[in-house]
Amino acid sequence: MNTRSARNAQAPRRPRLAVWKFASCDGCQLSLLDCEDELLAVAEAVELAYFPEATSTVLPGPYDISLVEGSITTPHDRERIQQVRRQSKRLVTIGACATSGGIQALRNGRDVTEFARIVYARPEYIDTLATSTPIAAHVRVDHELRGCPIDKGQLLATLAALLHGRRPPLPSHSVCEACKRAGHVCVMVAHGTPCLGPVTQTGCGALCPGCARGCYGCFGPKETPNTAALSAHLAALGMDDAARRRLYQTFNAGAEAFRKAGDA
Amino acid sequence: MTTSRTRVIEVDTLARVEGEGALTLRVRGEQLLGVEFRIFEPPRFFEAFLRGRDFREVPDITARICGICPIAYMMGASQALEDVCGVTVDGTLRVLRRLIYCGEWIESHVLHMFLLHLPDFLGVPDAVALAATHREAVTQALRVKKLGNEIMRAVGGREIHPVNLQLGGFYRAPERSRLAALLPEIAWSEAALRHLLDVLAALHFPAFEVDYEFMALRHPDEYAIDRGEQLVTSTGIAAPLSGYDALLTENHVRHSTALQSRRADTGTPVHLGPLARVNLNRAQLPAELQVLAEALGLPPDCRNPFKAILARGIEVLYALGEARRLIEAYREPATPAVTVEPRAGTGFGATEAPRGICYHRYAIDAGGQVLDAKIVAPTSVNQRQIEADLYRFAATRLALPDAELRHDCEQLIRNYDPCISCSTHFLDLRIEREPG
Repeated sequence: MNTRSARNAQAPRRPRLAVWKFASCDGCQLSLLDCEDELLAVAEAVELAYFPEATSTVLPGPYDISLVEGSITTPHDRERIQQVRRQSKRLVTIGACATSGGIQALRNGRDVTEFARIVYARPEYIDTLATSTPIAAHVRVDHELRGCPIDKGQLLATLAALLHGRRPPLPSHSVCEACKRAGHVCVMVAHGTPCLGPVTQTGCGALCPGCARGCYGCFGPKETPNTAALSAHLAALGMDDAARRRLYQTFNAGAEAFRKAGDA
Repeated sequence: MTTSRTRVIEVDTLARVEGEGALTLRVRGEQLLGVEFRIFEPPRFFEAFLRGRDFREVPDITARICGICPIAYMMGASQALEDVCGVTVDGTLRVLRRLIYCGEWIESHVLHMFLLHLPDFLGVPDAVALAATHREAVTQALRVKKLGNEIMRAVGGREIHPVNLQLGGFYRAPERSRLAALLPEIAWSEAALRHLLDVLAALHFPAFEVDYEFMALRHPDEYAIDRGEQLVTSTGIAAPLSGYDALLTENHVRHSTALQSRRADTGTPVHLGPLARVNLNRAQLPAELQVLAEALGLPPDCRNPFKAILARGIEVLYALGEARRLIEAYREPATPAVTVEPRAGTGFGATEAPRGICYHRYAIDAGGQVLDAKIVAPTSVNQRQIEADLYRFAATRLALPDAELRHDCEQLIRNYDPCISCSTHFLDLRIEREPG
């Protein structure tokens, strides 16, 4: 702590980066530590002011950039996100939990008391909200990185853009475009494998079709997704309503377009 | 019972762990009144929303329990469900499973050893500060960590939440040339890690030993990583995986909102993870690594939890050697997966996650719908042991100034590489003891 604050006192002030965690698996913030080639350079370009998974250092806000992982599922976190917003100049949500409520949004519309009873012997001790909601349902969000988990290339590009005062380059088209460019055979056309690629936002690099399986939508719905057309095609492939619902409603069950397409 | 002389030492947010936890010690004079290792991870209810899902969807869902060790959750679930359906994945497909698990061990262990735990030993806040004085060690460690991720990507398509795993095997078998291309970097990493282990062996380890009951998976043919046939303990227990629930129980105790895992019969804690594995399965390590372990300061039956960092180092070296051996022997399989047809029943699966045994049990119906799921994260078992350690350790160090005591206790907790995101069953674990 001392060595760093002494060093920082002499250097010109670097932008302060904070990384916050709400209900999540830690995978999206791990993506930053997974930038093995760039990590030390990032740590020189910014001041890691608050990042408990990686450092004991805690520097006070305001923070120039806050990365927020996880969804809001407890009364305490509902308050805490307000404090995070107040201390943050730019707030970037990272990953499906933060941008759509994540897989834990599968509780939404279900009986959470019953869920707690299944998992915990004394459910009355469990302090939880009935829903898992994205950060944007609570505070203003400046940019969002999709994915379960996020793509670390998108993370680095976003940090670089913000540090240079540019808008992060985050395309909103479908996985299909990346899939075609990668030269993958279309798993749905060629093999009849159900695939959410046509309605899912790009960013992952079309990983699933590259492994000869259908996209499972972990980057959430693209802008203006035509889920009705896709659902009709899935039905033509022989998929029943229950399976279609589960396909849309897993990693981004709380995203409106996927929730509606699953319930339709 | 508090008086004006009562000291309360708090760590509001425990740093350099995966997930969020806090620690409170209550001390009066030279007496430790209470230890509270609290975890405020919100519950996510995986075992509840798995009910009603198709059994083939389970591994991709359980992966999301932990972004640090998704393979452990995918593979434990897969093996439990294959167990229900009477399928064993063997041959080349099993080679690939062990290989991707080696990648996860390398990545997770190196992350913890050099980015999260070593700063404790050297008195700095993080790896970035460490790089100021030990830049070569940090950059080398990052390169080994990157290799772990590359192995996971080559086999699994993605390092966090891999997409290429399914019941029965994989969606697409990796090309041999893709894996063979990793061999030079594996050789470099093995050499680099031996130098890095010398750095670790020179660290100061607090003199602290505990008469643990270690527990690990055991496989008759190999050092257990991705599968095992028995649960063994240092007290001589050997049980099949289906005996897990009789061996360890999860309790919701008074004054706590936590589920605690402990021995069902004695109520005592068990110790899982690298130190347990190296002690219990040491004879299955290559002779050269057994000698190296001893030379580094990790003798047989080592009971100093601070030396878990050395046990991780030995395991990374082992995983690198395994990865090399598995890739050299790899031939592309005829099919990427064996067929798994559903049938009604209950199955068990367990693997050695980087932090210790990760246990899964599922019941499904004849159509493959999940009826019931039970998943026990290793940190949920170690949690009770961590508290017991804290009690013993802190009680002997109460004369220290608060900052030092806090640092030492944090270091002790990090010996276990606690992965708190996985352990959402432990929301508010506390021990209260009145002054005697």
